[in-house]
Amino acid sequence: MKPMDEAVSTVKRQKRWGRVLLTSVVLGWFGVLVLLPVAGIFREVIRNGLRLFFSSLGTPAAVHAFLLTIWVTVGTVIVNTLFGVVLALVLVKHRFRSKLIFEGLVDLPFAVSPVVAGFMFIILFGPNGWIGTWFEAQGIKIIYAFPGMMLATLFVTLPFVVREVIPVLREVGLEQEEAALILGASRWQSFWKVTLPAIKWGLIYGVTLTIARSIGEFGAVLVVSGSIIRRTQTATLHIHQEFTDYHYAGAFSAAIVLAFTSLIILIVMQRVVRRKGVV
Amino acid sequence: MGIVVKDICKRFGDFVAVDHVNFRVEEGELVALLGPSGSGKSTILRLIAGLETPDTGEIFLTGKRVTSMATQKRGVGFVFQHYALFKHMTAEKNIAFGLEIQKRPNDEIRRKVRELVALVRLEGYEHHYPDQLSGGQRQRVALARALATEPHVLLLDEPFGALDAKVRDNLAQWLREFHEKLHITSIFVTHDQSEAIEICDKVVVINKGRVEQMGTAKEVYEHPRSKFVASFIGEVNIIDATVAKGRVRMKDMDLSLNTHQDSPPEDGDAVLLVRPEDLLLLDDGEVSEGVPCIIKDIHYRGSHFEIDCDLFGKDVRVVENKTRFFEKKWHKKMDASLAVQSYRLFSVEEGHEQIHEQLQSKGFVE
Repeated sequence: MKPMDEAVSTVKRQKRWGRVLLTSVVLGWFGVLVLLPVAGIFREVIRNGLRLFFSSLGTPAAVHAFLLTIWVTVGTVIVNTLFGVVLALVLVKHRFRSKLIFEGLVDLPFAVSPVVAGFMFIILFGPNGWIGTWFEAQGIKIIYAFPGMMLATLFVTLPFVVREVIPVLREVGLEQEEAALILGASRWQSFWKVTLPAIKWGLIYGVTLTIARSIGEFGAVLVVSGSIIRRTQTATLHIHQEFTDYHYAGAFSAAIVLAFTSLIILIVMQRVVRRKGVV
Repeated sequence: MGIVVKDICKRFGDFVAVDHVNFRVEEGELVALLGPSGSGKSTILRLIAGLETPDTGEIFLTGKRVTSMATQKRGVGFVFQHYALFKHMTAEKNIAFGLEIQKRPNDEIRRKVRELVALVRLEGYEHHYPDQLSGGQRQRVALARALATEPHVLLLDEPFGALDAKVRDNLAQWLREFHEKLHITSIFVTHDQSEAIEICDKVVVINKGRVEQMGTAKEVYEHPRSKFVASFIGEVNIIDATVAKGRVRMKDMDLSLNTHQDSPPEDGDAVLLVRPEDLLLLDDGEVSEGVPCIIKDIHYRGSHFEIDCDLFGKDVRVVENKTRFFEKKWHKKMDASLAVQSYRLFSVEEGHEQIHEQLQSKGFVE
């Protein structure tokens, strides 16, 4: 082997070692931080046996908690999808002076701690709150009830759809819509046939994030719901309750259902991300 | 009657985009709105299409007053600079869009789309999505889409602006032929004077939201009514001169020109505009009435030569054909003379600054 080749192969070997080292550190870190905890939950359930798994999921409290999570999530997705698209359209298409302030405010829920958010709703809608007093007089309970939990989840998940749709709308621009109008389409037709298909993948991604967050929300919902068993307890609150009551099997069983849901959402998200780039 | 624009104005905040604009496009004509970017020409087009509403003035399409009519009802076809194709639809679906909105029967739509695809020569690309097509193909889809609903009027907003030179020339040529076949009343917005001259019957020169001049390409080129028009349409030399007793002088040198134009400027300072092709470069043997100059620089342009001459310390550009160039053996630092064959004179007050800015923006002067 010529000395030149030798030098080259040494450099190559060093480079390869560097790469192997970097890869193992990254994978190791990922394993400890992400894979190990997930594996831990699965191990715990297997150790306790499948019978205990299903029986603890079948308790009235657990069933109620999961159903409540579903209702809150469905409600949140419907409201925030509609409102999010309208808000994004207004922020992109219309010109008004306070536009920048509004655009900044959209991100507020990301910046505010969910517990603080929950507390804000108590101040506003609590039995002695500003608006709460009026509702109380009409016999409508908001805090420590379903409406309050919806409000808190809506607040926490507000930015997702808006933030995903705005950049897509900006990129698409107004010209396609103008082209549709000139070709005779009404505003409504141009929205359905042109704008909506153009923002479709961004919107789906935003909705997926909204679903994930609605299912997983804990802090804000804890504060406004009061976490009353079989009344205002969602799945996450149920897990917390079981855990603090030393019902580890119940906590782990519910946790594994949520973990599975997350896995499905993750797969959907990966698919959507790929499509977002293509169409 | 094609398109009539009557005294329209449009402001955006404090910015006056369109300032009392009047013009008329006869039935079947292809007219260019020509002006630098930001001159308001696109806004005028958008006003005609109904994408904007004028502050004052009236717009008539085929004799009907459409000033406040909804875009959808105006019966115009519009082609955008960046195509504005529906990205999630195939070429065919894009073309069919307007017809489907009108709920035409399916077989009629299919027949119509097939005709249009053939017209814009896109056979075989019907099922391609816009991002699978080249720029020129996309613009042809956009044109077919605009024509599908059989508009009375076709509006083209810098349709070739985003294409490279070769594709643009092909498409421009094709558009010209295509217009001769269909004779649809059309307005073509462009900032490219050669494109305007090549494609259109008439040219409307727009500057700062106003109409500077209107006429056939030849009229506007040969008889520019303002310095702006002269400098914007084609290349032009600007020479400071003085007028005294009907004679044009430069630095005490009589240029052997008579102020023969319709409204010559009064005696005093003036600006002489001469196109490079209207200057004749002469050598010693030919000198009769030329002005002495020195050759500074020679540019090879393929089909011809461009020669920069020093005329009393001022750079003047001359176009020279190849035969004459080689016959005369022009070279740098050579003494020669210039004869002015055709020119326009303007008084200095018409704004030397403005013309200079214009030339700067086009890269003719520094």
